[in-house]
Amino acid sequence: MDWVTLQTKLKKFLRSAWTPLAAIPIALSIGAIVLYLAGYDPVQAYSAMWQGAFKNRAAVTEVLIKATPLIFIGVGLAVAFRCSIWNIGAEGQFYMGAVASTAVGIYMGALPKFVLVPLVLIAGAAGGALWGMLAAYLKNRFGVNEVVSTIMLNYIAIFITGYLVTGPMIETAGLFAQTPKISENARLWRFLPPTRLHIGFIIAIVLAILLYILIFKTSVGYSIRAVGINPDAARYAGINVKRNILLAMAISGGAAGLGGAVEVAAISYRLYQLISPGYGFDGIAVSLLVNNNPLGVIFSGILFGALRSGSEVMQMNAKVPSALVFMIQGLVVLSVVAFGVYSYVSKVKEE
Amino acid sequence: MDLLPSILFLQSILAATWRMATPIIYAAVGEVFSERAGILNIGIEGVMLIGAFTGYATAFASGNLVLGLLAAILSGIISGLIFAFFTITIKANQIVVGAAFNMIGMGLTGFLYRAFFAEGQGTLSLKTFQTIEIPFLSSIPFFGEVLFKHNIMVYATILLIPLAAFVLYHTAFGLSIQAVGEHPKAADTVGINVFLMRYLSVIIGSSLAAVGGAFLVLAYADQFVEGIVSGRGFIALAVVVFGGWSPWGAFWTSLLFGVFYALQLRIQTMPGVLIPYQFLQALPYLATLLVLIGLTKRRIRAPKTLGVPYK
Repeated sequence: MDWVTLQTKLKKFLRSAWTPLAAIPIALSIGAIVLYLAGYDPVQAYSAMWQGAFKNRAAVTEVLIKATPLIFIGVGLAVAFRCSIWNIGAEGQFYMGAVASTAVGIYMGALPKFVLVPLVLIAGAAGGALWGMLAAYLKNRFGVNEVVSTIMLNYIAIFITGYLVTGPMIETAGLFAQTPKISENARLWRFLPPTRLHIGFIIAIVLAILLYILIFKTSVGYSIRAVGINPDAARYAGINVKRNILLAMAISGGAAGLGGAVEVAAISYRLYQLISPGYGFDGIAVSLLVNNNPLGVIFSGILFGALRSGSEVMQMNAKVPSALVFMIQGLVVLSVVAFGVYSYVSKVKEE
Repeated sequence: MDLLPSILFLQSILAATWRMATPIIYAAVGEVFSERAGILNIGIEGVMLIGAFTGYATAFASGNLVLGLLAAILSGIISGLIFAFFTITIKANQIVVGAAFNMIGMGLTGFLYRAFFAEGQGTLSLKTFQTIEIPFLSSIPFFGEVLFKHNIMVYATILLIPLAAFVLYHTAFGLSIQAVGEHPKAADTVGINVFLMRYLSVIIGSSLAAVGGAFLVLAYADQFVEGIVSGRGFIALAVVVFGGWSPWGAFWTSLLFGVFYALQLRIQTMPGVLIPYQFLQALPYLATLLVLIGLTKRRIRAPKTLGVPYK
């Protein structure tokens, strides 16, 4: 690569990187004001958060563990959002993936590991993909707005999970609302003992790279983006809009479902009611923060993993309610759109 | 067959229906204004939470429910101004801003509630708006129970709807709102201030959403709980579509959802019912989906520029 193209590439990268980098301090500053007004010491709260996330190797691996489901969900949403499909349903898709993979991990537990592990992951991806495609089907066939349908499907998925873990799939002792543990043969490799860091994190990164290539370097990705930019023009150019919507939701839901499968197979080893503490909603901010770029999602996922992991320590040590993190995430999104709109408008004018 | 138990069952369902529908009515009628002007606000779930918390905190601190309600309206106006600034002035994507509002509403109210209330000393409950039994009418069998034993915020919806319909269809202001949503350029040409109309519509929408949220703490449950709105804002969005973007349509559709909520609660408390309670809880959400699917048959056109920024 010669110097000039390298320079323009670097410029392009900096131009796309500065908005998320500027959004974070703004969101944290507003968060600090709220902390101050509520009678907390912002410096103390944030340093507890920082400590919690990066104190030592164990803390850092916990950040990566928290980041893993966010990366899975975020890269999926990046694809849907690039297609202008506003999938708010990653939470439900994550749940359905967790349900399907748990079922496989328990009821097919006798299978050898090299068969069962892939099967668990495939089941998770399929569960999430089908749940996502349901919303796409309703949009294509009946014109149901996906924002409303995916939100409704979230509630329904969560209630299905609640039913399964208190009813048909409850552990044999029946004491807690949870399933029994999945078979040893269904579990993912934790490669850095004694920490819980697992191979699922690597899978998430590989998926992000693959989806980046799919979206930006293949004709399939081009069609998906064309539908996202202007469905009428795409249709006129001979692109099958409905099929691309279905595909984008399948990828989006599949990635979220895979995230659910990994969470079960590597961390919890079982299904319970609160398997996702709102990862599906965090994932929205994770993707938007980096302008729906799957590679960027790796970084924003780790950032939000650090926020989540750190906020739990903040709640324990500095007694600051961790719900603050949701607000900071929302503010990050608002800051990004506020910056992004101007650069988008100027880009449209250039074109 | 003995008819009395089934009549009593029906009476208890219908008596709860209007009450259960009330928060959705407020939010949905507000959203009708917003969407008629072309602004889709999916952040009303978050605004309802903000309204609920503001109403609760103010009423709790002052001991005055009306003050709580006014504070909630103020929080709705401020939320609306911010939403309008992002979506109208800087023309950001309405769905993205709405999603951010929901996160902020959830995070901010959850944070403030835990910061100020959760370390509970003493009671955290409010004395909610009392049931007003309309003299004479409330003693009519069946109908008295269903229609004439409610609190002030429930009754108020029956005044709100004709008022909203009158404003929207029979005043210059309402017609301007519609024009701005259908054909902003034409509206602009005849001298209507498109930005102003859209700002006002969004503010009306989010103030009413905040009232709907405040209802939950001032006139329904007697205290705030994290996530108390639990999807009612999203259901209101579906109600607006099914109600054909009209105040009366929103009213009747909300009542339909009220039936599902009431049914769900009533069956849960009935002994000997073998349906798992999660299926009953899922009922309003499932119904929303089915209702939207059913809409293809009688499709009413959405405001033409819904979701599209002007200029």
